[in-house]
Amino acid sequence: MEPRKSTNPVNADQGVVLRLDGIIKTFPGVKALDNVRLELHAGEVTALIGENGAGKSTVVKTLTGIYQPEGGQILLDGMAISFSTPQDAADAGVTAIHQETVLFDELSVAENVFIGHAPKGRFGLIDTKLMIEKTAQILESIGAKISAGAKLKDLGIASRHLVAIARALSVDARVVIMDEPTAALSQTEIEELYELVETLKAQGKAILFISHKFDEIFRIADRYTVFRDGQFVGEGKMANVEEADLVQMMVGRAVDQLFPKRRAEIGEEVLTVAEYSHPTEFENISFSLRRGEILGFYGLVGAGRSEFMQSLIGITRPSKGKVSIDGRVSVIRSPAAAVEAGIVYVPEDRGRQGTILDMPIFQNVTLPSLKKTSRDGFIRLAEEFALAREYTERLDLRAASLDTHVGALSGGNQQKVVIAKWLATKPRVIILDEPTKGIDIGSKAAVHDFMSELAAQGLSVIMVSSEIPEILGMSDRVIVMREGRMVAELQDDALSPETLVRHAVGINVEGGLA
Amino acid sequence: MSHADTQTRHVPDRLRPSLYAHLVGWESLLLAVAVAVFVFNAFASPYFLDAWNLSDATFNFTEKAMIAFAMAMLIIAGEIDLSVASIIALSSTVMGLAMQMGAGTPVLVLVGLTTGLLCGAFNGALVTRLGLPSIVVTIGTMSLFRGVSYIILGDGAFTRYPASFAWFGQGYAFWVISVEFVIFVLLAIFFGILLHKTNFGRMVYAIGNNATGALFSGIRVDRVKFVLFLMTGLMSGLAAVCLTSRLGSTRPSIASGMELEIVTMVVLGGINILGGSGSIPGVVIAAFVMGLVTFGLGLLNVPGIVMSIFIGLLLIGVIALPRLWAIWRKRTV
Repeated sequence: MEPRKSTNPVNADQGVVLRLDGIIKTFPGVKALDNVRLELHAGEVTALIGENGAGKSTVVKTLTGIYQPEGGQILLDGMAISFSTPQDAADAGVTAIHQETVLFDELSVAENVFIGHAPKGRFGLIDTKLMIEKTAQILESIGAKISAGAKLKDLGIASRHLVAIARALSVDARVVIMDEPTAALSQTEIEELYELVETLKAQGKAILFISHKFDEIFRIADRYTVFRDGQFVGEGKMANVEEADLVQMMVGRAVDQLFPKRRAEIGEEVLTVAEYSHPTEFENISFSLRRGEILGFYGLVGAGRSEFMQSLIGITRPSKGKVSIDGRVSVIRSPAAAVEAGIVYVPEDRGRQGTILDMPIFQNVTLPSLKKTSRDGFIRLAEEFALAREYTERLDLRAASLDTHVGALSGGNQQKVVIAKWLATKPRVIILDEPTKGIDIGSKAAVHDFMSELAAQGLSVIMVSSEIPEILGMSDRVIVMREGRMVAELQDDALSPETLVRHAVGINVEGGLA
Repeated sequence: MSHADTQTRHVPDRLRPSLYAHLVGWESLLLAVAVAVFVFNAFASPYFLDAWNLSDATFNFTEKAMIAFAMAMLIIAGEIDLSVASIIALSSTVMGLAMQMGAGTPVLVLVGLTTGLLCGAFNGALVTRLGLPSIVVTIGTMSLFRGVSYIILGDGAFTRYPASFAWFGQGYAFWVISVEFVIFVLLAIFFGILLHKTNFGRMVYAIGNNATGALFSGIRVDRVKFVLFLMTGLMSGLAAVCLTSRLGSTRPSIASGMELEIVTMVVLGGINILGGSGSIPGVVIAAFVMGLVTFGLGLLNVPGIVMSIFIGLLLIGVIALPRLWAIWRKRTV
C-alpha cells in the first residue's frame, strides 16, 4: 500500500482550502514538527492521527497563530499566508473548538459567543439586538435549541459545549479545527456532535478532526493524515484504509494485543473496606482486594468512583466505615498517611492532582519518597536522580532529560511520571483512576502491560475506568457503581459489556449483587 | 524483538549544568545592579568608601532581611504575611512591659521571640485551620497587633532598656562587623540551606507550584504552611529585639510600613509573588541593593520621600527589564 500517492495530482488541488507544506517547529531538545504536510479540503473531514507527542497539538497551535513555524509555508487557497497572532488566524477564517473553551457563567449565551468581537453599533457600543440575532442564527445552524439571551450558568454541560462551538463558528470560519471534541461528552452528545459535523461539511467548511478514538474517526472522517514523532507518515482517504494499517502507521510497528493481561497468582487479602460512606458522594461500599489482583471499578461519570477513591486516601473524610490493611485497621486522614499505609492514588486529573507541571521530572518522582532520598532531611541529588532513573526507565519514559519540566511532556509520558512516582514508594495497593484517559495507543499499551506486570509482582491494583474494553481486558473482578452505591460485583462469565452497562445505568438484570 | 526494543532508552539527568542556569539568571542581573549602585555611590560621595560608613549602611537592611528570608519562603509557598511590621511593634511593646517588670536581657530576648512566635502561630492557625486567604488574615492581624501596642502605650514610649540589651542592635562582633550583620549572614546561610538543600524546602516549592498536586503527593501542606508562618513570626520577633535594642526605645509606631519594604525586598530578589519560584541568594543581593541605594541617597542628602520613589522605580525597573528585553528580542527576530 502506498497511501501518499492515493490521490491524483491533478485533482489534488481541487477543493484544497488550507495546505501546510514542509512545516518545521523546534523546541529546546525536541523537533516537534519536522517537515510535515497537511491538506484540508472544502466540505470534508480530515482526521489527524498520531500518538501523543506526534505533533498534533503543535500543528493546531501553528494553524491558530499561537506558534510560528521556523520553516515551511501555510497556503490558504494557494496563497502563502502567515499567522503571527491568533487574531490573524481568526481573520483568515481558521477557528478551533477546544474541549476546554473558557466560558463566562454570568454572561448571556450571545455575549459568550461574541466575546471579543461583538458587533458594534452607534458610538462604538455593542449592538445587543444584532448580536442576539446573529447568535440565534448560529445556534439554529448547528441545531442547538438554546435561547441566545439565556444566562450561561443556567445551561447544562451539553448546551455549554454547543455554546463553545457556536463561539468558534461566530467568526466567519472556513476551516474548523476540532481537537478531541468528544473527550468530555456522553454518547447522545457525541451523536449530536456528529450531526453538527455533517452540517458543517454541507456548508463547505474544511474540518480538521483530532481524536484518539478509532470508531469515531472511521465514523466521521473522509480523509486521514498520520504523524509520528513530529513527522508526516501518510495520508489518504478513509475508504481505502483499514484500522490495522492506521495503527501500524501511528506506532511504526504492528500492535497485535492491546490488553496483555497475564494471569497473576492471586494471594491473600491485602485491603478490606467495610461500609465506607460519605454524606453526599457514596454509601456503604464494602469489598476486599487480594494480592496480585486487578479490581476494576466501572460506572458512569458521576457514579462516585473517584470521590470514593479520594476518600480512601484521606482527601475527604468518610462519615462511616473501616479500612484494614493486612488485617489491621488503619485510619487514613491524609494522603501522607495513605502513602505510609501503602495505598497510593494515580488521579484522573494529571495536570492538577497528579503532577506538579512546573517542576522537573526527577523532583516529581521523588516528592513522596523524599525521606528515602535524603539524609537527616537534607536532599541528596545523586540519590534522587538514581531513584527517578530507576522507575522512569522501567516505564520507558521519553523525555529530553530528567530535569525537564513535566508540563513539557505529552499526556502519556506525564502519566508515566505519575506512576513512577508512586511505584517508587513501594506501595501495597495502587489505585489508578482512568489511567489511560487521553493518552495515545502506544502509551496505553505500555500502561496496561505495566499494570499486568505489577499485579504479577504481587501488587494489588484498583483500576477505575469508564472504558469497557479496558475494564474487561484488564480486570480480574469488577465492581459496578451507580449513584454512589455498589450495584454489582462481577467476575469471569458474568463479565460482559452488556451486563456492565445494564448495571451502570440501572436496567434490571438477573444475578449479580444487589 | 529487535535490538532497539530491548535497549533501554537513555534519558540524561540534565541537559545543562545547573551552574549555567544561575549564570544567566535573575541573581546575576541583580548582582550587576548591586555593583553598579556601589560604583556609582563610590564616585558620587567621598564618604561612601569608608569602612565605618559602609558598616552603618548595613543597618538599613539587616532587620528587614531577617524577616525577608522567612517571608521569601512563605511567598514561594503561595502565602504572604503582611502583619510582620505589626508583630515587631507588639513584640517590642511586650518586651517593654517585661522590662518595666524588671526583666533582664536574656528574658527580654526570650519574651520578644516568643511574642513573635505566638503571633505567627495565630496567623498560621487562621490560614491553615480555617482555610482563610493569608492576605486577608494578615491585613486583619496587621491592624490587630499594632492596635494592641497602641492600647498599651498610647502616645507614650518604653525607654530605659538595660545597657546589656543594646548589644544586639548597637554591638560589634569584631572591628566594623556589627552583631546584626553577623545575625544576617548566619540567617542567610540557614535559610539558604533550608530552602535549597532540604526536603522541607523542596516541599515549599511543590506547594507553591501546585498545592493540590502537593497534597495528592502525600505532602502535609497545612503543616508546612503553619511552620512557615511560625518562622515568619519568629523572625519578626528577632527583628523586634534588634530594632528595639538599636533604637533603645519602643513606640507603637515602631517599624511602620516596614512590611511593604520587606515584600519589595523579596520581590526584587526574584521571588515570584504568585509563588513557586525564587531563591535566597536573590533576596540576599536584593537586601544589599536596597541598603546601598538608600544609604547612597542618604549621603547625597536626598530626603526620605524621594528615596522611596527611587526604591519604587528600582523595583519596577528591575522587574520590567527582562520583560522588555524579551519583547525587544522577539521584535528583532
